[in-house]
Amino acid sequence: MMRAFVTAVYGFLYLPIALVVLFSFNAGRHASEFTGFSFQWYGRALSNTFLMEALTNSLIVATTSAGLASLCGTAAAIGLGRAGPRTRAVFDALFGAAIVVPGVVIGIATLVALVQLFGIVNPALAALWPGDTPPRLALGYGSIIAAHGLFSTALVTMIVRARLGALGRDMVEASSDLYAGPFTTFRCIVLPQILPAILAGFLLAFTFSFDDFIVAFFVAGSQTTLPIYVFASIRRGVTPEINAIGALVLAASIVLVIAAQLLLRRRTPASS
Amino acid sequence: MASETLDIEFRGVSKRYGDVTAVHPTDFAVPKGAFIALLGPSGCGKTTCLRMIGGFEQPTTGQVLIGGADMAEVPPYRRPVNMVFQHYALFPHFDVSANVAYGLRQVRPRLTSSEIARRTADALAMVQLAGFGKRKVHELSGGQQQRVALARALVNRPSVLLLDEPLAALDKKLRTDMQIELQNLQRELGITFVLVTHDQEEALSMSDVVCVMNGGRIVQLGAPDEIYDRPADRFVAAFVGKTNFLDGTVVENGGNAARIRLANGMEIGARLTGGGAPGAAVSVSLRPEALRLGAATGETGLGGIIRNRIFLGSTAEYAIEVPGLGTLLATADHDAARSDLLRPGDEVAISFNPGAPLAFPVADNKTTQRETSHVEVLS
Repeated sequence: MMRAFVTAVYGFLYLPIALVVLFSFNAGRHASEFTGFSFQWYGRALSNTFLMEALTNSLIVATTSAGLASLCGTAAAIGLGRAGPRTRAVFDALFGAAIVVPGVVIGIATLVALVQLFGIVNPALAALWPGDTPPRLALGYGSIIAAHGLFSTALVTMIVRARLGALGRDMVEASSDLYAGPFTTFRCIVLPQILPAILAGFLLAFTFSFDDFIVAFFVAGSQTTLPIYVFASIRRGVTPEINAIGALVLAASIVLVIAAQLLLRRRTPASS
Repeated sequence: MASETLDIEFRGVSKRYGDVTAVHPTDFAVPKGAFIALLGPSGCGKTTCLRMIGGFEQPTTGQVLIGGADMAEVPPYRRPVNMVFQHYALFPHFDVSANVAYGLRQVRPRLTSSEIARRTADALAMVQLAGFGKRKVHELSGGQQQRVALARALVNRPSVLLLDEPLAALDKKLRTDMQIELQNLQRELGITFVLVTHDQEEALSMSDVVCVMNGGRIVQLGAPDEIYDRPADRFVAAFVGKTNFLDGTVVENGGNAARIRLANGMEIGARLTGGGAPGAAVSVSLRPEALRLGAATGETGLGGIIRNRIFLGSTAEYAIEVPGLGTLLATADHDAARSDLLRPGDEVAISFNPGAPLAFPVADNKTTQRETSHVEVLS
């Protein structure tokens, strides 16, 4: 009885995903009947310029936001490690909140904030700009990267903080005791030991940004990311081309998440 | 000033964390080439003192001097001291050689790589780890890691070596070996060693000077035998070595020749430390090895019944129930221990040298206890 129940739960979870992958190899044109095995939809997907543009956008946004998040998150984690207990508690709570706040809220909040900001900055820029065509801030790459980077920074900070905590103050003090200044200590002792955590944070941030639809949908402006493209195409009818994209994204996500887990699990250099 | 013959000097040094005082204003000096042990229960401030020498903590008041120079603004990486950390703090991503060479690589102007290699190899040979240079740290046993930590500190030829409970994580056999090795190294190198430990045996056996701390204060500073034979107060008597405490009251305070009435009504001579008017409650310390056991004679002396016998090889310990005084611990050496006389259930007479009993005011102990528990919050 229990076994049947568990099977049903996992079936309900994974069967649709399996079907997506299966139908991506469908020779037919409909997502409802499997008429033969074929790679044609992968070929179609890869030669679709709109799709490829959306993919490129997604890759740019994901790489940039994950890179920024890794930098800022690591810096924040190190700074917090040295902060007083009260400061630390406050910021830990804030970072935690950034992770649990629903994407819809982040999306709307970012959109409203950015529109307000542009409303103030753009006229000011126009008034102050010496040339004829003042730059105009608008929604686009920048706003998606900012929104994703914000969330991802919290993610990276949490991951790196955990690793720094395991590192302990002994290692840093030992380095300092052996005549190494703060910069050398960071470069030779701290960085090599938290690098796996930073990379894992980067990969998770990348995955999040690459898969995100909700936040991007609000702040993308005229830009199209891959999830936005997929959502838009589904409204025009599901073709196995969408399945092919889904299967590709799924495969890439799985690879990235596994890589992140492997990096995090890599034998923590024990002091014992 | 004599500061050039002093390696470390504390001038009115204290350390507070918020409302908690870890170290009360303290003065002490360590002469060049000494082996000093900071001994005390956990939370007594000994590690804080060591960390202030290393530069990892800043004193709240006062000055720490190393080799006569004030260290107030000097960060750890510019101090001529090196530390062996309690959990070794070896760098796990380096091999043994790289760990040992780490300090040498920071020296400016740079040392040549052949010089670094030579000194690293010498240091490893000194701690009997020649040929272990290419091993990873996690491939070594606890004792070997301990030696790497020692080599990593000594290779820099510091003027002072700080040791933070370095032997606490080793098993007993290894600990004894390392004690001897540390003592030899210290004599050969002539470097000042400052050892922090809560193990009184370790402090007594290794160092020239023992600094007993309690509740953030230095209670007594002196040679190991001085600490053991003439403890400054009841805390030191109880913390260093084993002892029996007997309750009593002062009959006559003659200092070195005070008369004390014990709880069973018996009157004995004792050396009274810390003063006490006639009638004041005191605690009399009698070391187990100062007690001599003999056949019960029926005279009006101290006597009791043997309850337990713990045979330790070269000596044996006896728990003796003495009417009116409780259970006393006595140590007898091997020959006496073999005697048929001393078996559980036997009645024995107990005697001791007139100079053996040390009396301490009881109130002294209570204040000490309170401070200890207060400071223990820290650790």
